[in-house]
Amino acid sequence: MELKRLFLKANNELENSGTGSRDRKVACRKCGRKNTVTRIRNNNFVCPDCGHYFQVRARRRILMLTDRRSFVEMNRDIKSVNTLGFPEYDDKLRTAMEKSRENEGVICGEADIDGHKVCIYSMDSNFMMGSMGAVVGEKIAAVFEYATLRNLPVIGITVSGGARMQEGMISLMQMSKVSAAVKRHSNAGNLYIVLLTNPTTGGVDASFAMLGDITLAEPGARIGFAGPRVMEKSLNRSLPKDFQKAERVLECGFIDAIVSRRDQKAYIAKLLKIHGM
Amino acid sequence: MQVFKNSIDTNDDYGIVLEARSDKRLTATDYIDALITDFTEFHGDRLYGDDKAVIAGVGFLGNRPVTVIGIEKGKNTEDRIFRNFGSAHPEGYRKALRLMKQAEKFKRPVICFVDTAGAFCGIDAEEHGQGRAIAENLFEMSDLKTPILSVVIGEGGSGGALALCHADRIWMMEDAYFSVVSPESCANILWKDPGRAAEVAGALNLTAEKLLGLGLIDKVCRKNRMKELLSDLKEEISLLSGMSMEDLTESRYQKFRKIGCRSY
Repeated sequence: MELKRLFLKANNELENSGTGSRDRKVACRKCGRKNTVTRIRNNNFVCPDCGHYFQVRARRRILMLTDRRSFVEMNRDIKSVNTLGFPEYDDKLRTAMEKSRENEGVICGEADIDGHKVCIYSMDSNFMMGSMGAVVGEKIAAVFEYATLRNLPVIGITVSGGARMQEGMISLMQMSKVSAAVKRHSNAGNLYIVLLTNPTTGGVDASFAMLGDITLAEPGARIGFAGPRVMEKSLNRSLPKDFQKAERVLECGFIDAIVSRRDQKAYIAKLLKIHGM
Repeated sequence: MQVFKNSIDTNDDYGIVLEARSDKRLTATDYIDALITDFTEFHGDRLYGDDKAVIAGVGFLGNRPVTVIGIEKGKNTEDRIFRNFGSAHPEGYRKALRLMKQAEKFKRPVICFVDTAGAFCGIDAEEHGQGRAIAENLFEMSDLKTPILSVVIGEGGSGGALALCHADRIWMMEDAYFSVVSPESCANILWKDPGRAAEVAGALNLTAEKLLGLGLIDKVCRKNRMKELLSDLKEEISLLSGMSMEDLTESRYQKFRKIGCRSY
């Protein structure tokens, strides 16, 4: 399945390796060359040989962007329940929790970036492909509301296959719920910077991922509404190579800048400074 | 729209989905003709083009001027091709938003008739910002200072339908559906078997009755009862128009804010 292929298995390996295995080598999915976990980590999870971007887990993303020990998590304990009694959903949730060691597909909280206080949400592709159900919607809406009350900027890191089918219309309507919370945050004059990472698609693309005051993306990230597989099937032809890639989406006018992983923190800190946050 | 011939009506919910796709159904223009007098259509998004899948304009609901937006699937083969089978491009959503902003300016309520299998999937649609167009509608509608009432009359296909449903009231015809994903795609993604669509349709809770039970929509309307629908619309629009803008937008915010609060 195409969507599954979008999320790398290799990074699990990379992320989950304990301290004892730092010298263990991991192969790059793109060039196949092997490097030690430590070397890849020190290179911001970018392949030292070919520049391929490894997937980065939500919690790691926050560490990479924020000041050391500044992050305070909010709403960590909220867990999804199978409201609709959808087949196999309970098992999928259990597996996702075990695999990701997280309660849900997004991590939210407050942190500092170069001394600037911000709210942050970071999605996790390892939790059911970063899909958005009621809990993901709730946590993101809540972080926007919290930021609105305190006049704080929101930094969002998106990675998602879209709305979570297993929650039916409840998940689709999270798009509306979060978009409304973003609107209130915006109306109050607050800054929202969103960093789109690979892949940001479906209902997340068609809501809060596309509502930033400033929209950044990682090189090569797939960003789009319709899934590539669906499109190839309905158009009955293969798609252009750069289709829905960050570089192309920038050309089309929907991204402000593509920022390499190494520069992201400084770039965002500069924007916060310019906005006097 | 792909036709799955192996799907048999083994499940009422899936039967409703198939029925909602029938080309014999009433489309948005039928509702506009029956409910709106002096309907005057306006064209274009003022940015790029005019999407034929979205019909938008002004008219009277009873004595009250209203802005009307409908997703139109077309009446015959030629018309359906012209209407892109009711699958809108970003230009369609932007035309809708332009007219909603105009409605806000002239203090007219907005009525939407929604009937789409989904937003159009195509290279142009993607590159013109399908995601952004839908997002912007949700964003702006959440705070639009005029009443919005949306009626799903046939297919409520995912984000493409939701983009016109950030409303004070969401109504559905009793034989319409509204779903996060088509049952065929869902079955295909879960089990690589679109043939199990009937099975999954029940679990998706996509019928008007089930969605009302879940508190996600506000009313189920009886089919083929235009007079009844007209009087219900007049009554509800009158009620919404009587609210202060602050109360209206606050209750719209809370309406969506609470969705999913029973899911954790």
